[in-house]
Amino acid sequence: MSPQITMAVAGRVLTQVRRDHRTVAMLLVVPCVLITLLWWMFLDLPGDLFDRFGPGLLAMFPFIVMFLVTSVTTLRERSSGTLERLLTMPLGKLDFLLGYAIAFGLLAAVQSTLAVAVSVGLLGLEVTGPVWLLGVVAVADAVLGAALGLLVSAFATTEFQAVQFMPAFVLPQILLCGLFVPREAMPAVLEAISNVLPMSYAVDAMQELVGAADTAEVWRDVLVVAAFALGALALGAATLRRRTP
Amino acid sequence: MMKNVVEVRDLVVVRGEREVLPGISLDVQAGVTGLLGPSGCGKTTLMRCLVGAQQLRSGTVEVLGEPAGSAPLRTRVGYVTQAASVYDDLTVAENLAFFARVLGVDRAQVDEAVDAVGLDDHRDQVVGRLSGGQRSRASLAVALLGTPDLLVLDEPTVGLDPVLRRDLWDLFHRIADRGAAVLVSSHVMDEAERCHRLLLMREGRIIADGSPDEIRRTTGARDVEQAFLHLVEGRGDAA
Repeated sequence: MSPQITMAVAGRVLTQVRRDHRTVAMLLVVPCVLITLLWWMFLDLPGDLFDRFGPGLLAMFPFIVMFLVTSVTTLRERSSGTLERLLTMPLGKLDFLLGYAIAFGLLAAVQSTLAVAVSVGLLGLEVTGPVWLLGVVAVADAVLGAALGLLVSAFATTEFQAVQFMPAFVLPQILLCGLFVPREAMPAVLEAISNVLPMSYAVDAMQELVGAADTAEVWRDVLVVAAFALGALALGAATLRRRTP
Repeated sequence: MMKNVVEVRDLVVVRGEREVLPGISLDVQAGVTGLLGPSGCGKTTLMRCLVGAQQLRSGTVEVLGEPAGSAPLRTRVGYVTQAASVYDDLTVAENLAFFARVLGVDRAQVDEAVDAVGLDDHRDQVVGRLSGGQRSRASLAVALLGTPDLLVLDEPTVGLDPVLRRDLWDLFHRIADRGAAVLVSSHVMDEAERCHRLLLMREGRIIADGSPDEIRRTTGARDVEQAFLHLVEGRGDAA
């Protein structure tokens, strides 16, 4: 592994993204629009529904978007032969994976800063904990999404299949993360499943930050998310083979 | 005797159910070596073995005295796949600058490589908007970075016009004149005359090995294409 090569990969991925203006616009604008839509939807209802659902959405954006973007880009890298070429060069598998994680982590940081700014500044989301910690949680979520995207791209042979992994991998996590039904109120089996899904901890971290302001609890959740991300990256590394059949 | 850059011994490669290379042995020395044979005869698989991208069943592949694909070789071997393996959404210069950083090669070599493949007028164009021939030349330029001692080129001249093909063959010879070994695969037999040495391949085996002159002489054929047909059909009669 070499920091120079890792940064070369990260820089190259960012250049590629930058060239695609439409993707950049979607990455940055869509989360802001959706969070506004959520706020608007709850506008005439009594209670603090926006405060309850908003944080969950802030946790989901970076995860979903990075999952999709990474699974498609790495699949492209596998099928275009550029990955094979890179693996005949002095590039470590970790250089490749961390390069992607750094690039998409940075993008997620920008994306989340905007979404949080809109939520807190314009829409009046009440955050009890430190606002910057929202950014940390978002970046952890993004890296997790990117890591899982890298992993599943190994099991897809077409971009169609890669996109299909999103409902298969991500939707169950959204359903079971505790946003719709509190996790402790779920049937025992589902609660147990929910406890081993990374998104549950991501959403929990955001809700904790907004509601209880117990930063120790937030950091514990962030660590769990980071551990999942590292695990996915390690599994992803196992799917990168210098020699293929 | 010339030192071998590549030594392949009793190499067996199985892809899927098929034994693509059923125990092949060959050497490659400095100079331009042509690897000729019909599509599907195992040229690409053999080349993948030389760069360490292919899983082997048995046998050995040594490049520059090291096992193929081992870490010390990764800056010394240039490889160009059949399909252009460059990033479509980056410019020619950005692609080369990226691969140069991965290889730890000086930035100045980027310009040299761009010039060598004749893409200086297109260096700031996005690769995805270039023609097929220009894209494959961009891919070739990447392999030139770091002045490798072995260049493995899988059908680099397919789909190029005669002028470009001539220019590329001149380039291969200039690289070989520096002392490097250049292994070029092709299924177009008329390119054979431009090689120092030829390896004719069929169904995973080397059926002839020598200079174009030697091959014509031993088979009594007019050109390499005739020689190849002669060898293939001669073998067919014997079987």
